[in-house]
Amino acid sequence: MITVGEAVIRCLEKEGVELVFGYPGGAVLPVYDALHDAKIKHVLVRNEQGAVHAANGYARATGRVGVCVATSGPGATNLVTGIATAYMDSVPIVLITGQVPTVQVGTDAFQEVDITGITMPITKHNFLVKDPAVVPVVIKKAFHLARTGRPGPVLIDLPRDVTAAEIEFEYPEQVQLKGYKPTFKGHPSQIAQAAKMIYESTRPVILTGGGVISSGAAPELLKLAEIISAPVASTLMGLGGFPGDHKLSLGMAGLHGTRYANMAITNSDLLIGLGVRFADRVTGTVGKFAPKARVIHVDVDPAEIGKNVQPHLPIVGDVKQVLLTLLPLLSPREGGDWLAEVAGYKRDYPLEYTRENGLKPQYVIEKLSGVTRGEGIVVTDVGQHQMWVAQYFCFKYPRTLVTSGGLGCMGYGLPAAIGAKFGRPEKQVILVSGDGSFQMMMTELGTLAEQGLTLKIFILNNKRLGMVRQLQEFYYDKRYSAVDFSFSPDFAALAGIYGLSGYTVDTGAAFDAVVEEVLAGEGPALVNCLVEPEENVFPMVLAGKGLDEAID
Amino acid sequence: MRHTLAVLVENNPGVLARVAGLFSRRGFNIESLAVGRTENPAVSRMTIMVEADDRVLEQVIKQLRKLIEVLKVQDVTKEEHVDRELALMKVNAEPAKRAEIIQIVEIFRAHIVDIGRKTMIVEVTGDEGKVNALENALRPFGLKELVRTGKVAMLRGTRDMTTNGKEVEE
Ligand SMILES: Cc1ncc(C[n+]2csc(CCOP(=O)(O)OP(=O)(O)O)c2C)c(N)n1
Repeated sequence: MITVGEAVIRCLEKEGVELVFGYPGGAVLPVYDALHDAKIKHVLVRNEQGAVHAANGYARATGRVGVCVATSGPGATNLVTGIATAYMDSVPIVLITGQVPTVQVGTDAFQEVDITGITMPITKHNFLVKDPAVVPVVIKKAFHLARTGRPGPVLIDLPRDVTAAEIEFEYPEQVQLKGYKPTFKGHPSQIAQAAKMIYESTRPVILTGGGVISSGAAPELLKLAEIISAPVASTLMGLGGFPGDHKLSLGMAGLHGTRYANMAITNSDLLIGLGVRFADRVTGTVGKFAPKARVIHVDVDPAEIGKNVQPHLPIVGDVKQVLLTLLPLLSPREGGDWLAEVAGYKRDYPLEYTRENGLKPQYVIEKLSGVTRGEGIVVTDVGQHQMWVAQYFCFKYPRTLVTSGGLGCMGYGLPAAIGAKFGRPEKQVILVSGDGSFQMMMTELGTLAEQGLTLKIFILNNKRLGMVRQLQEFYYDKRYSAVDFSFSPDFAALAGIYGLSGYTVDTGAAFDAVVEEVLAGEGPALVNCLVEPEENVFPMVLAGKGLDEAID
Repeated sequence: MRHTLAVLVENNPGVLARVAGLFSRRGFNIESLAVGRTENPAVSRMTIMVEADDRVLEQVIKQLRKLIEVLKVQDVTKEEHVDRELALMKVNAEPAKRAEIIQIVEIFRAHIVDIGRKTMIVEVTGDEGKVNALENALRPFGLKELVRTGKVAMLRGTRDMTTNGKEVEE
């Protein structure tokens, strides 16, 4: 007989978990007691939100399930923002929370919150376990749910008496979930129909999304694009799924997408959406989205199909499996006039910014892209800097961009970068943050320092909430409300306190002078980049407009 | 258009909250919801009436199917089916009015299940139209209280909507 707390750790070991991110408290003590002698590494964060974002970054960078542990009440509620972040981006995470003893559940006991109730809409599934004997089965189910089908966060709430109880340990090989049977392979006749539609089209465009990355379909996507000579636009979540330096790459589409991606979509006669959900950031006004195109929509989640954009051909299945079935049905074809036209869009409407004055944020990203040659992992926060990363960093490989897409959660960056570095220690991990976002979770510098991780942090410091300022410029006639920081710490000096090398730069030349040294250096470093404060992210599609009506 | 959905769910605590929460957060309108256990004690069945156009209905069904504890969802609206609702109506019934009320109740093949000094409770089972009609017929007497179960529905004939004999874990 072992305690359920110990059983939890054994289950994690059986699932191949090597590390968990967490923060202890009274209701989860039996689990922490078991962690004391476990092989699994526990990373003590500084705020539970940091734990769940770190698990997210770890999962995104590796493709494995991220795990985090927290106590009841405030520990659990601190996870909520991170759970929503993971849910929106379909990131596989298993969360274990302590709960007050079963007899106290429902009595407003000290540090009791109904975390399964609170997280119902933002988890793929959750469990409140009252029977100690079923805990291993529940954990098996949780991992199965988190990583299969459309991945997502799964929470397990364990009352303290449950984790303290003793059970005979047995871990099931498999679990049956009657109500959960994700479709893996697409329907063969629909896939055949897709091949037919591809040959009927003369102006095809592929739109690739996060599903291509989570299903590991990048090699198949590359083959598809090359065989049918279709240009590839990406969603924010899809960046890295197709090599950014490939001649068929159009970069990111959407409200801040490249003009050429948006024009290609608008003028296409066939749009092949792979692992996308046609989110509002990508489509702009739905009625004006891809108006001339027949749409093929491939996604593992049937509920995404027809939710925002009505496809002509729906294919429910794992993108990789669908492409593996589709590819043999295709024979090579030339891009002809269409590729020439798209090349014209690229030539006539490139991404550009004016290079005079001070330090341009776009320049910083362009330079980072050049110096790293796209080999590292880039983690971002949320705001203008995130969009500039998406536009100006050339992502070549899957799982090299780690960013909060669906929720757009400021504060994600630093802890997610910590998680990514734990997952891929051999990789250069770069965090690009904003002065606003960074200050939301800079408390995790403590975790970074304690764990001795080598992160390279670049803060695009415009001394304001740049993205909100931009919105106020365009939609509220420059009535700037609550967007300026009249105080921020000296980030370079702050970095020094935490043992990072700190730098401050305010010109392109000064940035050039330090960037290679920073990236090549042994230890962690932070570069406070004092950028042009009122730079805007262009192109920009205003509300109510179609993708081809961007301004810049 | 109104649709009647038959939904089989695992009989776990919280499953009703998951279904109800889904409807409210996605802005789907529940007109009525009836729930109880089935021939298999591990499975409950919900009958949900929802007002939705085809596109919304498709989303409702797909989102329901996404819930891990939902085993089966079927729109029975266009299938051959039987549906019933039960209602209890407490109606003012001074002795002088009782004969008239009893007559109405008989016409509707309803029952009187309680008689107080000034009131009677009428129980009626039927499709929605019948329950509505009786309600309207009794309203002039003074309807003090009305409670309806919401509709339950079942396909006619040999077609059924069980979990097909497959085991569902308890
Ligand atoms: C937690 C959270 N709160 C508020 C917002 C709204 N928001 C979106 S971008 C942004 C400004 C971000 O500022 P900063 O991190 O400095 O980046 P910048 O836009 O200046 O590059 C804000 C406040 C958000 N996305 N997340």
